[in-house]
Amino acid sequence: MTLDQLKAGDSATIKAVGGQGPLRLRLLDMGLIPRTRVTMRKVAPLGDPIEIHLRGYELTLRKEDAKNIEVEI
Amino acid sequence: MVFALAGNQNCGKTTLFNALTGSNQHVGNFPGVTVEQKSGKIRGAKDCTVVDLPGIYSIRPYTGEEIVARDFILDSKPDGIINIVDATNIERNLYLTLQLLELHIPMVLALNMMDEVRANCGSVDVKALSERLGIPVVPISAAKNEGVSELVDQAVNVAKNKLYPAVTDFCPVGPVHRCIHSVAHIIEDHALRAGISPRFCAAKLIEGDESVIKRLELDRNELELLEHSIVEMENETGLDRNEALADMRYAFIEKAVAESVVKCRESREHLRSLKIDSVLTGKYTALPVFFCVLFLVFWLTFNVIGNALSDWLSLGIDRVTALADGGLAAYGINPIVRSLIIDGVFAGVGGVLSFLPIIVTLFFFLSILEDTGYMARVAFVMDKPLRRIGLSGRSFVPMLIGFGCSVPAIMATRTLASERDRKLTILLTPYMSCSAKIPIYAVFSAAFFPGREAFVMIALYASGIVLGVIVALLLNKTAFRGQPVPFVMELPNYRLPSLKSVALLLWEKARDFLQRAFTIIFLATVVIWFLQSFDTRLNAVTDSSFSLLASVGRLISPIFIPVGFADWRVATGLVTGFTAKEAVVSTLSVLLGTSVADLSSALSGLFTPLSAVSFLIFTLLYTPCAAAVATIRKELKSGIATLGVVVLQCLVAWLAAFSVYQIGGLLL
Repeated sequence: MTLDQLKAGDSATIKAVGGQGPLRLRLLDMGLIPRTRVTMRKVAPLGDPIEIHLRGYELTLRKEDAKNIEVEI
Repeated sequence: MVFALAGNQNCGKTTLFNALTGSNQHVGNFPGVTVEQKSGKIRGAKDCTVVDLPGIYSIRPYTGEEIVARDFILDSKPDGIINIVDATNIERNLYLTLQLLELHIPMVLALNMMDEVRANCGSVDVKALSERLGIPVVPISAAKNEGVSELVDQAVNVAKNKLYPAVTDFCPVGPVHRCIHSVAHIIEDHALRAGISPRFCAAKLIEGDESVIKRLELDRNELELLEHSIVEMENETGLDRNEALADMRYAFIEKAVAESVVKCRESREHLRSLKIDSVLTGKYTALPVFFCVLFLVFWLTFNVIGNALSDWLSLGIDRVTALADGGLAAYGINPIVRSLIIDGVFAGVGGVLSFLPIIVTLFFFLSILEDTGYMARVAFVMDKPLRRIGLSGRSFVPMLIGFGCSVPAIMATRTLASERDRKLTILLTPYMSCSAKIPIYAVFSAAFFPGREAFVMIALYASGIVLGVIVALLLNKTAFRGQPVPFVMELPNYRLPSLKSVALLLWEKARDFLQRAFTIIFLATVVIWFLQSFDTRLNAVTDSSFSLLASVGRLISPIFIPVGFADWRVATGLVTGFTAKEAVVSTLSVLLGTSVADLSSALSGLFTPLSAVSFLIFTLLYTPCAAAVATIRKELKSGIATLGVVVLQCLVAWLAAFSVYQIGGLLL
């Protein structure tokens, strides 16, 4: 499954980071790399973006970008 | 000696910069971009300057901030780097550290927020971390000014004695290690010739950084060799090149952190943040809370504090003006000179100063919202609607402030992380109808649409927003085509803002505004005074309809024939509106020979309801006032671009008014 499909409170491990260009590099730089644990915190009130927790901090990204990140619960 | 201060966003970099330099700061610009460069002399160290680099997460050639930071380090070759790291979020912060280490420049690590770590019964084995990274590590608390002087001593020491980072390899022997070393070997000569560390170049070349390829002047043969060893690494690791390097860095960091950092419980600050967020970004509470905060800020700024300060200020200005006027009259000075001083200089200065209370108050609230971490939440909540026009949630607050006053709105775009978003936001701000236009709307809607004033107002505000959206969509397809900057943003823990930082920011904004805007607004006022006071033969006029200004009005009024208000008095009013929008109403009342209160009835002779609507649309959209233009000039760093904004606004205004007048004429 992909990162955007996690429910609030769910934790998962990143399997692969897809996508391309600056956005993908930014995700890698922020620590979203394979074998990292992430937890879904919440979806923004208007339905997008999402807030996740990883490496001890909170990060927000858009659903369309989270779709490129494959995770495994 | 010159030091570069580098670190992530939200790690306390500004606080440390303030602690290092005190108020002895110089604000300039990095060459060629609108990114602000702050530098200052370090207190307690002789001849040491520190340059505050933009907050970045990595050294990449994509955002303006990253390019600026990297070019500064590569081109100006600082004597040392002070890398500030948030100890409560150490893993991600060290990611930048590893890239800085590769640059092979004397460096110290400032481990910030150590007070918070200790308060949560955590600890960092500074010695172990320092050995791991091969550079001195100094625990500090920038907010409490702890450890800062030791940090300065260490920084001066490494720079003076040229103590380079002792560790340069971050990976165990394996495919990645092999690849980095073979690339470094191939390009070593080029790198040394360019004066950049081969190890840094190797990592950046593997990541495909075009600008490094250019700097090193590699030939096709060498590039093929590089590609070959990179592909080999990709095949062996099963990761692509960027993943492989990110993985290598994070693996090293995880090990270093496991060895040196003890975290015995979830930090109180983090738990508190989660609790606050359950309300501030909660599903049902986020929007109501946001609009309440916004209303409160606006109400306090424009109605309570700003008003009171403005009243005091104008009282003071009136006193001084009256005193000067009396003095000049008693002295028997030439009436023209007296008029210049009182109506030109004093009115100009008064005009400039009248903006100040609002700007200072608004920035007081804005900096508190920013420093506490709430602004990042606003961006999180409001991102979705703004994405459609090619912006991110970060632009919401500056644009909203535009409804109060364009000047602080444009100044507030500084908080935007990307140069592209900042420019686009500045261009859209004039479409948010500012509060100075309300008197115009009020007079006209009372004259032509009695009983429906509220509807007219709402329609005007909505038209501005709709046109802004259309312009944004057009700009996205033309001037701002291409990839918008990724919206991947940290939501930092909520923190109490430091009074010192807020005070410094207010002082900076106030000084900034007075210095830069003063000249232009002042000049504009004096020019308008001159045009108002003399006729074409430079005789002082008694009847304002013979003034140069009236001639200008007569000259340009034909432009307004197709939009329905070709009267020279209206054109003159629009010209004076450039100094401040309120002036449109007062000029019209002077030229029509009535008081502002009776203006409504006098206007019915000049306008039909349709041309009144056309006029309102025009005033909604035409050139921002002198103060706003001066601010745009400052933020865009280009006179031509600013002129472009003014011309574009006038053109859009005319076209919109034209459509309204012509289409309305056909329908009615």
